[in-house]
Amino acid sequence: MAMTHAFYVAAGWGGAAALVSAYAVWVLRRGRALSRQVPPEERRWS
Amino acid sequence: MTPTTSSTPTASTEAAAGLPAGAGPAHTGSRASRVLGILALGSLALLALYGLVWSPADAEMADSVRLMYIHVPAASFLYTGCFITTVASAMWLRRRTPGWDALAGTSAEISLVFAAITLGTGSLWGRPTWGTYWTWDARLTATALLTALLIGYLALRRLDVDPSARSTRAAVLGLLLVPNVIIVNRSVEWWRSLHQESTLVKLDPTIEGDMLVALMVGFLAVGLVFTWLLVHRFRVAWLEYQSERLDLDAALAERRAEAARGGLGRSPDRRHDGAAGGGRAGGAPA
Repeated sequence: MAMTHAFYVAAGWGGAAALVSAYAVWVLRRGRALSRQVPPEERRWS
Repeated sequence: MTPTTSSTPTASTEAAAGLPAGAGPAHTGSRASRVLGILALGSLALLALYGLVWSPADAEMADSVRLMYIHVPAASFLYTGCFITTVASAMWLRRRTPGWDALAGTSAEISLVFAAITLGTGSLWGRPTWGTYWTWDARLTATALLTALLIGYLALRRLDVDPSARSTRAAVLGLLLVPNVIIVNRSVEWWRSLHQESTLVKLDPTIEGDMLVALMVGFLAVGLVFTWLLVHRFRVAWLEYQSERLDLDAALAERRAEAARGGLGRSPDRRHDGAAGGGRAGGAPA
């Protein structure tokens, strides 16, 4: 059976996934860029 | 939250300031964060199956109810993020350690992402349910004000002023987040509202069966994503702090070396360079 309100459901789920994915990618890329400028002893997690 | 570094730069830190790429892992990941990431992805896949396939449509709202499995957990972790920011702000005002300041900013930024998801999915859910994307209802308006407060908080953190004063001002604003969250949460009871009351925070929840399971999986998945983002963004904030500190240390060392050279005797060439604007701005006194 076809889903009712498919546009709203797809837009809500898709928009949320896109926003979180874009933010996660930005965080990871910024982390990589900054890690190269900071000595290893200040990166306690590694 | 305790700082993991001293405020005084060490010789090895200064020496390592110009490290080439590849000295140690150049990322914010660790074994724990990778496990967390895998769990988050797995729970998101489970959420998609439960939320979009296995759970039934609602008798009144039909399939639009599937937006609830994102909307409600996102709103809950928006509140959680605001709570963390307020607590971290209070700790910064008390202890003045950079870790608390970084945590406050990190949590506020992630809260803004979840606020956008809450407002976006709420609007999309409102259109088929209420017949409109937006109305100046108490819950919606309070959530919009909370979002504006988060934007203001993050804008304040980006002001180009003394870092300590900037953090203090932001922390004072950060203290207002939890009172705002209480207003948002209680708004459906304090004022007449189009928005439904809490679905779960009572002994007899208004949903059951697969819909309840889907919502619980939603809380788990969104919670893991929130935690993963918090861990990585906190590490980025910590790197930003260290990078700023190393830049300052390097600039100070350069100024001291320049002053020492100037103390030994100025050459006519150096005075010429400074006059022509080729030297450092505000060159060190002899």
